[in-house]
Amino acid sequence: MGDKILKIENFYAGYGHTWVLRNINLEIPEKKLTAIMGPSGCGKSTLIRCINRIHELNPEAIYRGHIYLNGKDIYKMHPTIVRRKIGMVFQKPNPFPTMSVYENVIAGYILNGIKLKKEEKDKIVEDALKKAFLWNEVKDVLHRKGTFLSGGQQQRLCIARALAMKPEILLLDEPTSALDPKATSRIEELIVELKKTITIVMVTHNIAQAVRVSDYTAFIYLGELVEFGPTEKVFAAPERKETEEYLVGKFG
Amino acid sequence: MNSRNRVVKDNLFKLFVFLLAALSILPLFLIIFQTVRNGISAINPEFFYKLPKPPGESGGGILNSLVGSFMLVILATAFSVPIGTLTGIFIAEVRNSFTELLRTLVNILQGLPSIVIGILAYLWVVKPMGGFSAISGAVALAVMMLPVIIKTTEETVRLVPFTLREASFSLGATYTKTIIKIILPASARGILSGIIVGTSRIIGETAPLLFTAFGNPFVNLNPMKPTDALPLLIFNYAMSPYEEWHKIAWGASLVLIIVVLGLNLLLKMVGKRWETKF
Ligand SMILES: Nc1ncnc2c1ncn2[C@@H]1O[C@H](COP(=O)(O)OP(=O)(O)OP(=O)(O)O)[C@@H](O)[C@H]1O
Ligand SMILES: [Mg+2]
Repeated sequence: MGDKILKIENFYAGYGHTWVLRNINLEIPEKKLTAIMGPSGCGKSTLIRCINRIHELNPEAIYRGHIYLNGKDIYKMHPTIVRRKIGMVFQKPNPFPTMSVYENVIAGYILNGIKLKKEEKDKIVEDALKKAFLWNEVKDVLHRKGTFLSGGQQQRLCIARALAMKPEILLLDEPTSALDPKATSRIEELIVELKKTITIVMVTHNIAQAVRVSDYTAFIYLGELVEFGPTEKVFAAPERKETEEYLVGKFG
Repeated sequence: MNSRNRVVKDNLFKLFVFLLAALSILPLFLIIFQTVRNGISAINPEFFYKLPKPPGESGGGILNSLVGSFMLVILATAFSVPIGTLTGIFIAEVRNSFTELLRTLVNILQGLPSIVIGILAYLWVVKPMGGFSAISGAVALAVMMLPVIIKTTEETVRLVPFTLREASFSLGATYTKTIIKIILPASARGILSGIIVGTSRIIGETAPLLFTAFGNPFVNLNPMKPTDALPLLIFNYAMSPYEEWHKIAWGASLVLIIVVLGLNLLLKMVGKRWETKF
């Protein structure tokens, strides 16, 4: 299964007085794409938001247990450090509306008060945009507002923004659910390329997409991890009947 | 027959509504008409760069009050914008009983009669400073501007979608950086509109200036000295027994109305040009 970059141990999370996730134990392999699947409301978003510690931004948030990044407990690290090492892209593209394409890509450095020379910045921006398959489309409009781009381009801009920080893990929460099929397949190509160099954890509702891009699949049902394994195996011969029912479309 | 009757009734009602609407804006047109008719003859280039003449002499200008009003607006803006935007952000971001109280107090502040604010500025600024001054007038005006700035800031900060904060935090930004680099720029338009609305609110205020800025027949650039302002000049000259001065007062009123209308136009432009798309 390769090296495990992230280990989730006896993890619980929820809101207010209710646990949404219960006793999650999961080991995420390095430089692979792990898909997180499960019916709506089962806690997929909650789980990946715990991995980069933005779950706790919600004043109602509760959580307990351990998550280790390369053996170090992320809940004992400073949250801003964790978030720089573990990037995240959301369901709806959310480029910063007041910033240009260029500034959006370099935003992580601006926001962390990291001073860079012009050439360093140029290089980071170009590299990140190339990695996000966006360079050719935006290299002439780098100084226009990021919000002028199409939805699919905006989402790739958000991926570039996350990649610019050189994270160890990239979290994607249904990154294509707001996009049309063409933009979606662009993002999928991009993700397949990216997973060669970076660990990706992606929430998706799209079974075909999970089959196309993921190496491992975790299946969550009612807040519990019911199945985890190589994608082909989980899809071809699921061990649990909840997984099978989900795959044949018994529940959304 | 019946349906025809209904159509007639319907049209009558529409006419009635139209007439009422016309009636409600009639005063505005009457004011503009009257001010233009009486004020236009006072206005010539001299009017803007000369000082008022003594009674009996015709001509003269309102330079002292133009400069004074300008200085008062700048000072009042400088006082109220930093405090107002910070308070607005605070009220929008933090939800507890203290900010709830703050919000209520801001509403009360907005409803305070301007003359009361003037008296307070007299007691707390003019008296300790030992005399009338532009500063004290600006303090009174800033207090009037404050609720406007706070409310518009609060409203626009609220409009910034949560997803932008998430994006910022996900990059490892601290709360302070997120406010300064993401929330504030995204709210710039709202804050700017707040400044414009606030300025048009205070530019015509007379009462809070009567015992603070006081008035001055000469151009004054020292914030510690008494200063004239357009509404003060209008007030003083309109109350005088001299025909020439009445004319100057009308001219100054016309200038004031044009400034207020101009600020409203500016507000519309800011709304369109600076709109942040989320
Ligand atoms: N901010 C919140 N406050 C309270 N409860 C919440 C909050 N966000 C989510 N929940 C609850 O937590 C549960 C899991 O939500 P979560 O968003 O993690 O599900 P999900 O698996 O990502 O669903 P979807 O597939 O619809 O995105 C849901 O029952 C939801 O009602
Ligand atoms: Mg979700």
